[in-house]
Amino acid sequence: MKKIPIKFTINGQQREALVQPNDLLINLLRDELYLTGTKYGCGIGECGACTVFLDDELVLACLILAVTVDGKEITTIEGLARGKELHPMQISFLKNAAVQCGFCTPGMIMTAISLMKENPDPSEEEIREYMRGNICRCTGYTQIIKAIKEYAHSMKG
Amino acid sequence: MHTNTRILANKFEYFAPKSLAEALNLLEQYQEKNIKVLAGGTDLLVKMKTVDLNVDYLMYLKDIAELNFINTSNGLSIGATIPFSHIVKEDRIKTEYTALYEAIQAIAAPAIRNMGTIAGNIGNASPAADTVPALVAFDAQVLIENKQSKRTVLLKDIFLGPGKTLLRPDELITRIEVPQVKPNTGSAFIKKSRVKADLAKINLAVAVQRNGQNCEDCKIVFGSVAATVVRAENTEKLLKGKALTEELISQAAQGVADEIKPIDDIRSTAEYRIAMSREMLRDALNLAWARTYSEAKPNLKGGGE
Repeated sequence: MKKIPIKFTINGQQREALVQPNDLLINLLRDELYLTGTKYGCGIGECGACTVFLDDELVLACLILAVTVDGKEITTIEGLARGKELHPMQISFLKNAAVQCGFCTPGMIMTAISLMKENPDPSEEEIREYMRGNICRCTGYTQIIKAIKEYAHSMKG
Repeated sequence: MHTNTRILANKFEYFAPKSLAEALNLLEQYQEKNIKVLAGGTDLLVKMKTVDLNVDYLMYLKDIAELNFINTSNGLSIGATIPFSHIVKEDRIKTEYTALYEAIQAIAAPAIRNMGTIAGNIGNASPAADTVPALVAFDAQVLIENKQSKRTVLLKDIFLGPGKTLLRPDELITRIEVPQVKPNTGSAFIKKSRVKADLAKINLAVAVQRNGQNCEDCKIVFGSVAATVVRAENTEKLLKGKALTEELISQAAQGVADEIKPIDDIRSTAEYRIAMSREMLRDALNLAWARTYSEAKPNLKGGGE
């Protein structure tokens, strides 16, 4: 398979890469760009561990061909902090101990941020509904829901 | 059999046409050479990872701007590559095509809905597809094109079996057309799955047109109960032209399982589906009927689980 040149913006920076047609976005992120915050979980779109933003919309990096992100903008968990200052959603997850092993956390945070953009004041039911594609296998969702609620509350001022 | 690994093991040549004409040319040229069409990837890439699928050429559709549209001015006209999440942003989907709105919201999770498309849902021909019963209930048609010609097929007639449609290898689904909903119509979609993000064990779309206290017309369409989507036409006939009393609804619910003859398969049992089809029909009819009264704002409570 011949390699195809692509250009894209990753976490605000312009990058170029040579990819094969069967390279997945998750492999471009982790193996080429060493952005290992995005996790490879199920590989078939069921767990949400590989959730990233593509042109400001949530997508699953395990089901996207790398070649198709040519000209697009990607944001991963590494792109959320401003310098050494974490994104407020990251802080809320930390404060609420909404993390056990941490494997699902990057995907959870990306999805939670997307929820806040669409619905800044969600009910618990709406949070659970929106987060249903992100699976935690350590423990449960109580602290995760709490972290999202607290973030929403803090944004109301 | 492939194992599901972190890589996509298939080797293929990749095309990303920028126009529909270019895409149809490529399909004609490679139709006998295992060419597959990629839109959202939420079905095709999963299949490429998990089952043996010969793909020598892969054509990506999402760079074709002319297929990424929705027009709601006269019925619905939905382009092949517009993602689910963009479709539900149109107000009319919720107010007039409520069952379709609920069906889309019942699909997997937000990231999947940002990727997947209705044309893909149709082309994949999964008996469990959520948008299909809703679209059939609204008499949707599918525009299919190849380089030489176009044809329009009723959505319910497009499926030949699980994973099989009547599309020829050089043809592409380019658009889904849905007629304008008649006045005083209400609809509902109900899905039963193990957890909400799962595929349906059974799903149902109902559309009811009201005339005073009578059911002027209705459509009852079940998914995930057989090899293809099933319309319960006898049950529809039973209800047409009559007042939708509790008694009549009970009679319809009792009879509907005999009509649709659910099967046992990987996702559920016939026994479960028979029992659920009755309760779901009762709930969906009541919900759709209640929505015929409010023209602007349907009551979305209780539906689309």
